Amino acid sequence: MTLRVIVDRDKCCGAGQCVMLVPDVFDQEDEGTVILLDPTPPESLHAAAREAACVCPGGAIRVDESG
Amino acid sequence: MSTNDTEQVPDYPFRSPEPLEPPPQWAELRERCPMAPVRLPSGDQAMLLTRYRDVRGVLSDRRFSRQLGTDRAARIGSDGSETIFENADSASLTENHERWRGRLHKSFTAKRVNAMQPRVEQMTEQLVDEMIQQPPPADLLAMVGFPLPVWVICDLLGVPDVDRDKLAHWSNSMLSMTQYSREQMQAAQAEFDEYMQAHVAAKRAEPGEDLLSELIIAVDEGQALTERELLTIGQGILVAGHETTSNMIGKMMAMLLGERSRWELLLADPSLVRTAVEEVLRFDTNSGFGLPRFITEDVELEGHTIPGGTTVICSMAAANRDAASFEAAETMDLRRSPNPHLTFGAGPYACVGQALARTELQTVLRVLLRRLPTLALAVPAEQLELREGLLIGGFERVPVRW
Repeated sequence: MTLRVIVDRDKCCGAGQCVMLVPDVFDQEDEGTVILLDPTPPESLHAAAREAACVCPGGAIRVDESG
Repeated sequence: MSTNDTEQVPDYPFRSPEPLEPPPQWAELRERCPMAPVRLPSGDQAMLLTRYRDVRGVLSDRRFSRQLGTDRAARIGSDGSETIFENADSASLTENHERWRGRLHKSFTAKRVNAMQPRVEQMTEQLVDEMIQQPPPADLLAMVGFPLPVWVICDLLGVPDVDRDKLAHWSNSMLSMTQYSREQMQAAQAEFDEYMQAHVAAKRAEPGEDLLSELIIAVDEGQALTERELLTIGQGILVAGHETTSNMIGKMMAMLLGERSRWELLLADPSLVRTAVEEVLRFDTNSGFGLPRFITEDVELEGHTIPGGTTVICSMAAANRDAASFEAAETMDLRRSPNPHLTFGAGPYACVGQALARTELQTVLRVLLRRLPTLALAVPAEQLELREGLLIGGFERVPVRW
């Protein structure tokens, strides 16, 4: 099953939770804004990607599992 | 509002009958009155939010501003004192939020914080070593919880080790709501300002590797931060990063040691440290006042109109116990995941230092599990004494033996 990660950089507040949780999928610019490294992470990272979306304090991360 | 209603408005913050239990008003208000009028220590009224959706919504909504210094906003502190929320400099920083926040973020990205972790661990080891030089019992809060975050912030600001105690005292005084008089708060503020001015001048003359030096260099390159803003940011980091984290270390250990099975679970499986820290952050009933916001226009929230001119208090701690958002919300589950608690706020102003705070809490817990597996509270948890009068709640002491 495919999981697509979508980030809204305007909502990102730079907390870094996503990078702490899934460094293979997310990184941060110097000033904190999220960088999406892998929009379609392997299945082994799906749970962590979902968690990152759920706990993002800016509500800046979504996961789409419809496809 | 009529006089009659005014008399029934409850005083806020609420007091818990038991130090580790939530005030009963949280569940009542979440259930029956999610937007409740409350009376602040100043005597002014505000509207208290206790549901997860509402608190998260308001904190993420820029119409709810942090301009608490305006005449129309409710006063918070007693005896006319200005709390950190109402301070004019904090307000001016709010206006210029976008231009300085990015700079602060540079020092608190996940990568930078991960790079600080070994130093945090070394400081924690040193503090634990010092604590166990004397026979038990010891006050874990005074020996580890209180000093560690000041040490970390002093490192961040490039403040020399000999001045750590001074900074700790000022930090304590500047956060006061009722514990210190207005004169004491002003004296602490003046001393802190004087110290920081000299410190900024010294860093300007000889920049180091610290956050303050980075900010100074940015100012000197003509990138917007004024001297006054630098001082206020220095103060902001101190009050935001010290008291909060210190108290949380004490409360974390009280919660985890207060029921032996929790400590034993972590001893058996230290990989639970990360989720355990998130859960104690969620479960904390003494995280304090909450976050105030002010609106100038009428705003619809969950079908209710909040009139312009209202001061809203977001109780993240009450929201964190909302059964509509957390399964078995009143149960501490050290494996809970995901755990989207609101202890660090949410939205554009969510705590800048949250990665560092998490790292400090996780490090303290890991070091204590490894070094002192027999650690236990030296008094029953229900006898732990809460500190009164500060915006951020915590215990006076956390006596332990090992």
